[in-house]
Amino acid sequence: MNNATKFGVGAAVLRKEDDRFLRGKGQYVGDFRLPGMREVAFVRSPVAHARLKAVNVPEQFRRAVFTAADLTGVNPIVSAPPLKGFKRSAEPLLATGKIRYVGEIVAMCIADTRAEAEDIAAAVTLDLEELPAVTDMLAALEPGSPLVHEEWGDNIFIDFSENRAFDEDKVKSAPIKVSKTIRTARHCMFPMEGRGVIAYNDSRMRLLTLVTSTQFPHSVQTGLADCLGIEHGRIRIISPDVGGGFGYKGLLCREEVLLAWLTRRVDCPVRWLEDCREHLAANANCREHHYRIDGYADTDGRLIAIDCVGHVDSGAYSSYPISSAVEAAQIPNLLPGPYIFSHYRCRSAAVATNKCPIIPYRGVARTHICLAIEAVMDAIAKEAGLEPYEVRLRNMVQPEQMPYENIVGKHFDSGDHPECLRRAVDAINLRQIRERQSKPEPDGRLIGVGLSFFVEQGAHGTSVLAAWGRPIVPGYEQANVKLTADGEVEVHVGTHSHGQGHETSFAQVAHEILTVDFDKIKVYQGDTLTTPYSTATWGSRSMVHGGGAVATASRLLAKRAMQIGAWLLQADPDSVHIAEGKVVAGASSVSLRDVARAWYLQPQNLPANVDSGGLEVTAGYRAARDSGTFTYATHAAVVAVDPQTGIVEILDFVVVEDGGTLVNPMIVDGQIHGGTAQGIGTCLYEEMPFDAQGQPLASTMIDYLLPGATEIPDIRVLHMETPSPYTEFGIKGLGEGGAVGPPAAIVSAVNDALRPLGVEVHDLPLTPASILAAIDKGRTQARTAAS
Amino acid sequence: MKPAAFEFVRPASLTEAARVLGQGNGGARPVAGCQSLGPMLNLRLATPRVLVDLTGIPELAQVTDNGDSVTIGACVTTAYIEDARLPGRGLEALARIARNIAYRAVRNRGTIGGSLCHADPAADWVSTLCVFGAQCIVFSERGRRRIAADQFVLGAYENALQPGEILEAIEIPRLSARGRWGYYKVCRKAGEFASALGAVIDDEASGRLRAVIGATHGRPIVVADARTLLRQDATLDENAVLALLDRHNVSDPAARHQQVAALSRAYQQAKQA
Repeated sequence: MNNATKFGVGAAVLRKEDDRFLRGKGQYVGDFRLPGMREVAFVRSPVAHARLKAVNVPEQFRRAVFTAADLTGVNPIVSAPPLKGFKRSAEPLLATGKIRYVGEIVAMCIADTRAEAEDIAAAVTLDLEELPAVTDMLAALEPGSPLVHEEWGDNIFIDFSENRAFDEDKVKSAPIKVSKTIRTARHCMFPMEGRGVIAYNDSRMRLLTLVTSTQFPHSVQTGLADCLGIEHGRIRIISPDVGGGFGYKGLLCREEVLLAWLTRRVDCPVRWLEDCREHLAANANCREHHYRIDGYADTDGRLIAIDCVGHVDSGAYSSYPISSAVEAAQIPNLLPGPYIFSHYRCRSAAVATNKCPIIPYRGVARTHICLAIEAVMDAIAKEAGLEPYEVRLRNMVQPEQMPYENIVGKHFDSGDHPECLRRAVDAINLRQIRERQSKPEPDGRLIGVGLSFFVEQGAHGTSVLAAWGRPIVPGYEQANVKLTADGEVEVHVGTHSHGQGHETSFAQVAHEILTVDFDKIKVYQGDTLTTPYSTATWGSRSMVHGGGAVATASRLLAKRAMQIGAWLLQADPDSVHIAEGKVVAGASSVSLRDVARAWYLQPQNLPANVDSGGLEVTAGYRAARDSGTFTYATHAAVVAVDPQTGIVEILDFVVVEDGGTLVNPMIVDGQIHGGTAQGIGTCLYEEMPFDAQGQPLASTMIDYLLPGATEIPDIRVLHMETPSPYTEFGIKGLGEGGAVGPPAAIVSAVNDALRPLGVEVHDLPLTPASILAAIDKGRTQARTAAS
Repeated sequence: MKPAAFEFVRPASLTEAARVLGQGNGGARPVAGCQSLGPMLNLRLATPRVLVDLTGIPELAQVTDNGDSVTIGACVTTAYIEDARLPGRGLEALARIARNIAYRAVRNRGTIGGSLCHADPAADWVSTLCVFGAQCIVFSERGRRRIAADQFVLGAYENALQPGEILEAIEIPRLSARGRWGYYKVCRKAGEFASALGAVIDDEASGRLRAVIGATHGRPIVVADARTLLRQDATLDENAVLALLDRHNVSDPAARHQQVAALSRAYQQAKQA
């Protein structure tokens, strides 16, 4: 690694893409205008569970409205991983027979403007026979519950269990036993830019073309080919600037398939842009979990066993390609987290309900898994009379044990977990907070401090993901790197930035090796026609796998350039190297621009044995071990709880994170800040309540609270940098961790603040109402105890 | 989220506006800053046939100094008030309250009259104008009438305007030099509507000791003589506040805690100011 260069790996380079973003010159789906383009609005189900008897279209709109009956030759979206016992669901593109959630698409309306399309949608009426809705994942398991898919016989997509030497008789003698029950709300992902799709036929290239706001153009291409029954080669997916994804754009959407079908049918470009109401009413699709978890420990706080039952409210269908199995599968897999213990039992289930299909949000299930295990660690600390961090320290992997395989075989690649925790304890000033807590606050608020520690498996490799049973198993990432005739560098990658700054960080990788002026390196992405096939950007994988591919291709390109450069310099090819954009042989050098001109414009001057592959290389990358990288972090929070209003204010927030080698520390800080803000939202604000009929109740942003700038404290990020032994440059995946740690740390801090009142809160979000209710309950209990 | 089609008119005089609204037979709606009606149009919760934009009427943007009161045109923006452009003294509270209403972008367009007419129980102007004992000046082709602010707001999203009537201005009495005020709202995040709201003015010179509990599910709870909420030692009696909340059917436990806290804090501010 070359920390000395200003633009190479490790440099906090300003982001190339920000020039256009900050000037309002970004190009999102909504910025495309095609001649003759028409607009689409959808008729969505107003009820959660019903038999659809008829769709009534007024005669004058018959040609402008499409229903399931029109959709001939289109396959439903099926995402059924080949896991034993997984129950298949087929998501119809337009509802037919039965409706399974509010917001499910029933009809598609087309007009010259969106407003007119909405007028038409409003004129379409539905004959519905309402059915009792399944809205609670635990009630859904009771005998006699209504069924989302009758043919299943129950409401379980799949269940998982893990048992490692768990013996009830052995663990029950443990001196400390703690139990927690935790329920977390569904919420929305709320990227700044919603989904959006334009579909048109490119008659010159004979390509059905979609401009769509997606995290993975090639997976959309594959899914679309399956649904429409046409070849990959007939489909082009362009994903332009994407204003945030977080998993929300990590699936094949019904809308993408529908617009692709529609443009073929009506033979003009068609567009649909998701609006805020559609996002809220039809797409509250993440984070709803339930845990019952027991922890067993010695008197000194050493963990003996964990026993857990987890449930995920997976909604009505299985999303493509990630499937409804993933979150539930992660619970037994990731719950042990960073801790050492010897007896483990965990069962989990993905439960079908009459809600929209769940999809993995930044951090996937880890956020709530971290919340559950950390609640247990705090409870053990309380029983053992120890500081919570002390209990964690006693149960951690020591640096000399690295690499370490935990109880479920997760392979921690490197790092110093205890040091990360200690740094956070110092940075949050634990001792000072404890002193402050010994005296009442002048404003009557209660101060609390809490922390969470977690490992973040990222950049999972092919073998790990194959075991998940995905319909599309990510392979080995490729990049295409070329030197142009002007001596500039073009990089084409199949990953797709939706805010991560890949145009900058991938250019830094290319610059590190090719040393061409940073301004002359351009990264292209987001177009299936011009980039290597890739499962693209999700799961904190792009910098490790995509960055690795750019490095590999750049090295091969450097080699070819050096060969030509050596010939031009009349030097021995083995004696030259590349520096400052030149091929250098001793005291003489030739610029890569001249090398490029020699290859492209004057090839007759080159020797006959020159590599005819030229100055363009496509090469792939495979990490030395593909079990994923293991970033880890401590999040620590200081909060003030107002016991009269239930309002929580975050006074301080520290993140100490080891993401391995940081390609661009400034971008990493941004990733952590953004993730942490989302974690704060998950913990304190975001919730889509549903009524007993499955109606989502927060239909505008007045009711659905997102944290804003004023709710996010100054997040203090401290880095450790232990390179991964298995990846290019030692990079680890870290895009999600910011969103994993905050709820556990804040819940811990709030409960620390409430400790004098003898009450705790665990369900998310922590609302003023839930905090006040807990305080009331504590008072009642105290009165009962006193009388 | 596009509004259903409507006709748009922007009259230049109150008479013309009142005529158009009167002819609308309930199908015409007045609009000024469009910060409340706008979203309702987009959600198609409101589908007026005619939208009557009042911002082209010069007198609705006027501010008049009457000595011991100020008359503020209904279309004066919250940002105008926030920027302390009201003349004279004794209404500083309004600028301070304005500063915490929604976000600047909303305040730039949102008007005091629009907010009052919309009558969202959680809106700051609704509670503020009630605690100040402001008078609403209502125009119609038949003439003008005055309605006290706490009589103007009839309930959640319900005001006292009759067909063809337009809120023209609001007259707000100044506090005297020794007058004190307190205002506290409980919000989960900055700029959101309050979940509880307490407002107090204590002005011996004018004999006013008024309190308001706002952000309930109905019209503000106005206590014209707040001494009824005080103990003998002039501290706020929380039980009296709870009894008041009982009388107004505020039964949600969290809301009761927050309302008591909000009014206590507003009262403390007024005492300490």
